[in-house]
Amino acid sequence: MSTPLVSLQDLSVQFCGSRTASALNEVNLELGAGEVLGLLGESGSGKSVTLRTLLRLHPERTTKIQGRMLVDGQDVLALKGRALDLYRGGTVSMVFQEPGLAFDPVYSIGQQITESIRAHAAIDETAARAQALQMLERVQIPQAKRRFDAYPHELSGGMRQRAMIALALACQPKLLLADEPTTALDATVQIQILLLLRELQRETGMSVIFVTHDIGAAVEVADRIAVMYGGRVVEQGPVSQIVRTPRHPYTAGLLAATVGTENRGQPLLAVPGSPPNLAALPPGCSFAPRCVHASERCRREVPPLLSLGRQALACWHPIMPLAEAA
Amino acid sequence: MNTPSYSQNPAQDRGGPAQPLLVVRDLKKHFPVRGGPLEKVKKFVHAVDGVSFSVPKGKTMGIVGESGCGKSTTARLIARLMAADSGSMVFDGEGVEEFGGIRLKEFRRNLQMVFQDSFASLNPRLTITETIAYGPRVHGMPAAEAMRQAHALLARVGLAPEQFASRYPHELSGGQRQRVNIARALAFDPRLVILDEAVAALDKSVQAQVLNLLQELKAERQLTYLFISHDLHVVHYISDYVMVMYLGQVVETGPVDRIYGQAAHPYTRALLSAVPSMDPDKRTQASPLAGDPPNPINPPSGCRFRDRCPHAHPVCEAKTPGLIGIADEPSHQAACHLNDPASGHPAALTEIQP
Amino acid sequence: MSASLELSLPAAAVAAPASQPSRSYWLVVWRQLRRDPMALAAGLVLLLIIGAAVFAPWLAPADPYKASMLKRLLPIGSPGFLLGTDELGRDMLSRLMHGGRLSLLMGVVPVLAAFGIGTAIGLLAGYIGGKVNMIIMRVLDVFYAFPSVLLAVAISGALGPGMSNSLLALTLVFVPQVVRVAESVTTQVRQLDYIEAARMSGASAFSIIRVHVLGNVLGPVFVYATGLLSVSMILASGLSFLGLGVKPPEPEWGLMLNTLRSAIYVNPWIAALPGALIFVTSIAFNLLADSVRSAMDIRR
Repeated sequence: MSTPLVSLQDLSVQFCGSRTASALNEVNLELGAGEVLGLLGESGSGKSVTLRTLLRLHPERTTKIQGRMLVDGQDVLALKGRALDLYRGGTVSMVFQEPGLAFDPVYSIGQQITESIRAHAAIDETAARAQALQMLERVQIPQAKRRFDAYPHELSGGMRQRAMIALALACQPKLLLADEPTTALDATVQIQILLLLRELQRETGMSVIFVTHDIGAAVEVADRIAVMYGGRVVEQGPVSQIVRTPRHPYTAGLLAATVGTENRGQPLLAVPGSPPNLAALPPGCSFAPRCVHASERCRREVPPLLSLGRQALACWHPIMPLAEAA
Repeated sequence: MNTPSYSQNPAQDRGGPAQPLLVVRDLKKHFPVRGGPLEKVKKFVHAVDGVSFSVPKGKTMGIVGESGCGKSTTARLIARLMAADSGSMVFDGEGVEEFGGIRLKEFRRNLQMVFQDSFASLNPRLTITETIAYGPRVHGMPAAEAMRQAHALLARVGLAPEQFASRYPHELSGGQRQRVNIARALAFDPRLVILDEAVAALDKSVQAQVLNLLQELKAERQLTYLFISHDLHVVHYISDYVMVMYLGQVVETGPVDRIYGQAAHPYTRALLSAVPSMDPDKRTQASPLAGDPPNPINPPSGCRFRDRCPHAHPVCEAKTPGLIGIADEPSHQAACHLNDPASGHPAALTEIQP
Repeated sequence: MSASLELSLPAAAVAAPASQPSRSYWLVVWRQLRRDPMALAAGLVLLLIIGAAVFAPWLAPADPYKASMLKRLLPIGSPGFLLGTDELGRDMLSRLMHGGRLSLLMGVVPVLAAFGIGTAIGLLAGYIGGKVNMIIMRVLDVFYAFPSVLLAVAISGALGPGMSNSLLALTLVFVPQVVRVAESVTTQVRQLDYIEAARMSGASAFSIIRVHVLGNVLGPVFVYATGLLSVSMILASGLSFLGLGVKPPEPEWGLMLNTLRSAIYVNPWIAALPGALIFVTSIAFNLLADSVRSAMDIRR
């Protein structure tokens, strides 16, 4: 594979406070240019932390980051000052879960997008406004000219999310991070936003990391899926392989627990137990306490992430080993 | 203090098996929108606008819809947490708080609710056992017995009393808290349980556990469920009957297979096709609907869905469609002119391409 | 999907997260306070002052009322008079200790009374809501609109001098403030789902308020009330200074500040002593209140 756009190597993040929580534990991820990666997981899996770390959004004082992060050839952890400001928004941008919270309520959305454009490029107000309006039209906001001067609270949920996507794409980033962008939206709006993201990704050729707990949303948008659990990547692969023939017991459990149209009338194959406590992770595989296949080795040793081609797996007793074709 | 003795549930099955457990007729609730003192025309939020349905005993009725459709308000009206503007409600053949009907406090033992926010549903200052025991004690159960029952319920919902009895809500995970909420509802020995997005905020793996628990409890205790959700997959899994709401009205209702297999209302079809595909080779190519769900303030005349409906016709604005039976299944009803040959809609009863 | 999956487990197998035994909220607050050095220091100082005041009749070296024109304004450290004497020759140390009883009383009692009355009114207004709430709050707003000092002086002046009158005046000043906090918290709590769940249980409004609302309202109101202690002390001393509270020859710090005014040019240190005590006590109350506030704000 040619040089990937994003490369996370042995990335570990710890939050220090009255207790220390290991949010990420030696995460290894790679993303090529123009690829869409779906990051799947539940609470405490570390998926949102990964995105925030990519943008260096954590407070410096209480966060310990180890490992390497390379985005578009830059060492993200070494960025400072102006370089970091340009990186945020210019190279990497983010779309958040709650569209209402990402906007400042006292400025119109047009003003905020214009401000973002001018922070990254030295162009005058009129040109920036024109570009901002263009962005609003691109995200298919009806009557964009009128909505340009609207305040965030005057827009509906779906509109706000489109406006946030416009804000994120205003400076043409190479990588877009989407943190559960459709979770808070209604079903009919959700599919519109997912299709919009897919279309914009095809048009601009940018890479996307799409975080979600909804497998359906990931299937619609992603080329590859990485499953996270307890701050680690446990499985990675093309979306069809993950969905049809999962290798890791957690992935399989997640798919089995997803209510579909076939299991009506039967008890669901639920994964027992609860997501792990990040302040007190078990010594071995973090999924071992809930895994039916767990052995002594699983409880003692953390399985390493082994990769083969486009797939990766971290498990001592997978359902289907990595070497076997899916 | 003179506490009344705790009797067995006063409302045993009085109506017989054929009597629906709950019959709601023409429920209405409008909230006034506060404008300035100079506003002449008063605006109302038509949260619930003429909702009628019935729930058979021992079945699960799923209610689906998007934001602004009124499903949560309907739940609260049925639960008597707020007063309806008009409409009637009959529980197992008897009215509530009406002449010759059940008193409100007794009624409370029959109908309980599990809310969406598991954390906000529990008093942070009480242990979970105290929370579960509170309800029965209000109805006269002696404290010791209430605690014993609370322990038994905790065990039944999967929380070992030795470990969990003296815990506080903040020491539990979301799934565990929701189990406590279910135990609290069961403490009354109710007949109808309203689940208002009860599993929406849970992780998928935990959601499956709680759904299994709900199914088991329903079989064990002959419960009837009203399951409100925006998640169509979950509703399909758990419901026997489904009701689809839009802007405060019922647009379609019927057995779950009919709704999911042969939906007769354009909105239901749009909703079903808006669910993301699980097959990477067959991804959704076009969105079934454009725009956002509209605001329930001063809704459009006639059919409320006509602004977004691909089959809209002038008759949809002129005449409000009522619920009409579909084909050979009397319990399957939809409010759309397309199903009514007498409506005047040119495409009525022709094969509709979704 | 692989058919060899066997992940289902009986419903009863839910693992408890490994954690410490659960403790009640107030116990956790207490432990947090014990670890806070500021709280410990302030607490110690207050303990000393309150102890000296409470045990004054037994600990005070001299009779606080015994005057002697010969021994007027003796400086600090004079033999037999550790902190000197005041303008009428009375022992300062004894007068300060006895004065502490009245000053502290006048500081604490109004806050306690306002806490009780204010919480009750606030709970009622917040829970009932609607028009009743509006009427209660608007009536109290009238009182709230006056600056505390002005209001205290006005009510005190109207009622006449004397300790019980100034206690009443101070209580009346603080009740609207406490009601405001209590009503606001009650309104917030009332909207939470567990109150709806309690209503669904068929409980009476009284039971719901007692079991569910009160416990959650007391916390924030308590924090607010502890913040009022220092204000109350200073207001009480102020009233006495103005001649509206305690009457001479009763020792009381505010009153002593007034009577010692003329001695500022002769012996400024003695004149400053009552003021210093007021200062130290109210700062200690303030710091303690701050620590209580942070202890109660524990992240869940």
